[in-house]
Amino acid sequence: MASDTVIHVEHLAKRYLIQHQSAGVKKGTGKMLSERVQASAKGLLGGFFGRNKDIETGKSTTEEFWALKDVSFDVKRGEVLGIVGRNGAGKSTLLKLLSRITDPTRGEIRIKGRVASLLEVGTGFHPELTGRENVFLNGAILGMSREQIRSKFDEIVAFAEIEKFLDTPVKYYSSGMYVRLAFAVAAHLEPDILIVDEVLAVGDMAFQKKCLASMEATTKQGRTVLLVSHNMPTVLSLCTRAVLLSGGVVAAEGAPASVLETYQSAYRAGSLSSDSSKDCRLLRTWIGEDPATSQSGVPMSTAFEIQFEYEVQNARGRNFVPYIQVDTDGGQCVFHVNSEDVSDAGDGRWRASCTVPAWLLNAGGHHVTIVVVGFSSNSYDICLHEPTALSFTVMEDTPHPGRYAYAGHVPGAIWPRLDWKVSKLD
Amino acid sequence: MENEIIIRAGRSESGYWRDIWRYRELFGFLAWRDIIVRYKQTVAGSAWALLRPLLTTLVFTVLFGRMGKFPSDGVPYPVLVLAGMLPWQFFSNAISASTHSLVNNNSLISKVYFPRLLIPASTFGVALVDFAITLVILAGMMAWYQVMPTWRLLCLPIFTLLAVAAALGPGLLISALMVEYRDFKHIVPFLVQFGTYVSPVGFSTSAVPEQWRLLYACNPVVGVIEGFRWCIYGGLTANTQTTSSLPMEGFLISCGIVIFLLILGLWYFRRTEKTFADLI
Repeated sequence: MASDTVIHVEHLAKRYLIQHQSAGVKKGTGKMLSERVQASAKGLLGGFFGRNKDIETGKSTTEEFWALKDVSFDVKRGEVLGIVGRNGAGKSTLLKLLSRITDPTRGEIRIKGRVASLLEVGTGFHPELTGRENVFLNGAILGMSREQIRSKFDEIVAFAEIEKFLDTPVKYYSSGMYVRLAFAVAAHLEPDILIVDEVLAVGDMAFQKKCLASMEATTKQGRTVLLVSHNMPTVLSLCTRAVLLSGGVVAAEGAPASVLETYQSAYRAGSLSSDSSKDCRLLRTWIGEDPATSQSGVPMSTAFEIQFEYEVQNARGRNFVPYIQVDTDGGQCVFHVNSEDVSDAGDGRWRASCTVPAWLLNAGGHHVTIVVVGFSSNSYDICLHEPTALSFTVMEDTPHPGRYAYAGHVPGAIWPRLDWKVSKLD
Repeated sequence: MENEIIIRAGRSESGYWRDIWRYRELFGFLAWRDIIVRYKQTVAGSAWALLRPLLTTLVFTVLFGRMGKFPSDGVPYPVLVLAGMLPWQFFSNAISASTHSLVNNNSLISKVYFPRLLIPASTFGVALVDFAITLVILAGMMAWYQVMPTWRLLCLPIFTLLAVAAALGPGLLISALMVEYRDFKHIVPFLVQFGTYVSPVGFSTSAVPEQWRLLYACNPVVGVIEGFRWCIYGGLTANTQTTSSLPMEGFLISCGIVIFLLILGLWYFRRTEKTFADLI
């Protein structure tokens, strides 16, 4: 293990034994002793009489599932590693292994330094306890000492903006307050290595910005961060390297932009896609004019195109209409639109291009959902639905003409420049 | 040089006991949480901790002392009962609380790492608070009946430790079994209720025929309870048969079983601990 390597993962594998319902056993409910007794009694009798051997043994009721098959990678000190992949690719399992919550089946992990893992915000919060009490409890659970918590207490409370409700049981908090307090504790951890699972996808947008800024500050202090995220702009802007997991193995590793490119192209080719309808298939997606140079960042002052190509098969007289929906990072829908001049669009390959005007979207990360609907005279089918088919970040131009000396956050999903008339009276 | 953690299949043992020491503050916080949460949103609040031992003592005094005419060891019957209640209540509370502890804290187990042993162990905090309250009641009752303690009272901490050890073994074992077999949810309340009558809580071991006392001592709680009685009021009645109500051999048998259960509990807990997050 090289001296600047802080995490070393070698041939890591994790197997889960899935027990089927037929045995009356489901994960999370525990087993009743009687089932075991019955099973072993039957097994015993079966063995005794020399038949029925396989009926009640493990084979018929348990199934192996390898959540991780063979994963190896290294993380160097100060790196911010993004772990991406579709649901079920093994990301969560990997984080659980790294945070020592569960044991690997095979392989080895070596970690140098103090680790804090945030697989959930507000782990261990007790609804009956007050905000103040929960800060101490949660801090201790995340590995802070009483002294550390005490010295950061005021900062945590200020960050969460809950001064007034400090002595109210958290069960009376709004969900926003709850999340803010929980994240505030987490943001004040000072580990050498921070492991984070999608916790940024919570709270309102202003608070998310604050969390992102705090994460960025963390990484600037030379801490090592492992981040699992579905949020492509976050991975692009925060991470120095990325690992793509697919089916329990590392499918790609390297610079975030190239890993995300692999992810998206594999996605389009269908190799990572799980549920593409047979009638319509997405071929490729890009932002800007040229598919070869898809942009991930667009300036506010410029109009840009969201483009995609798809193939329609088996149209059976239906008219296929493309839709796009743009959401912010915070999950707020900005618009949901469709083309209006499509008629008689049946079998074949199609390219759709939608121009987003300049000075419309506010700054920040955005996701594009692509939908193609097949209309017949009296009904319709959603033939393609790809959430987060594309992601891009809108960047504010400096200087923005509406800013003057104000540098803070501008609220709203859109930030259009509208016609104003301001005239002096008398 | 920073320490390096090695996580390897079937071998994340090293440094477990050091981790327990490192997480000692969390242990305190978990115990503290259970203690505060316990009487939140109750009208009578901590008065419950006073009422329960008092009412049980009253019932047992009437049942065994007045109606059953059991021998009273030469002390007022309520003192005998409460001296037995003190460790028994601790034992039963600790075991009942630790049974559910892992399952109730499943969100912690599936999201954060720390030595899992802290979870059942921290439930002992609540039981110790109740123990302290009962101890105060006992002191009041002894003053009322004018029963003087002797130097033997100084041994109380040792017997308290014995009571903790006696509860820890089964507590760890059952809490770990509960993760996989939820049957214990039904078994434990039954065992505790059964134990209240089988163990010498409402009566003294001197009520058990002498030839059966060694066998009786195989219930580890017998040694703990008689130990408490010995150090709380035994000295006063040295001229009677009290001190020999449980012979030394009997006490050692109880201690041996306490230690055996403790080792068994620790062994089973450590062995299954790594699978808690997958099973719970």
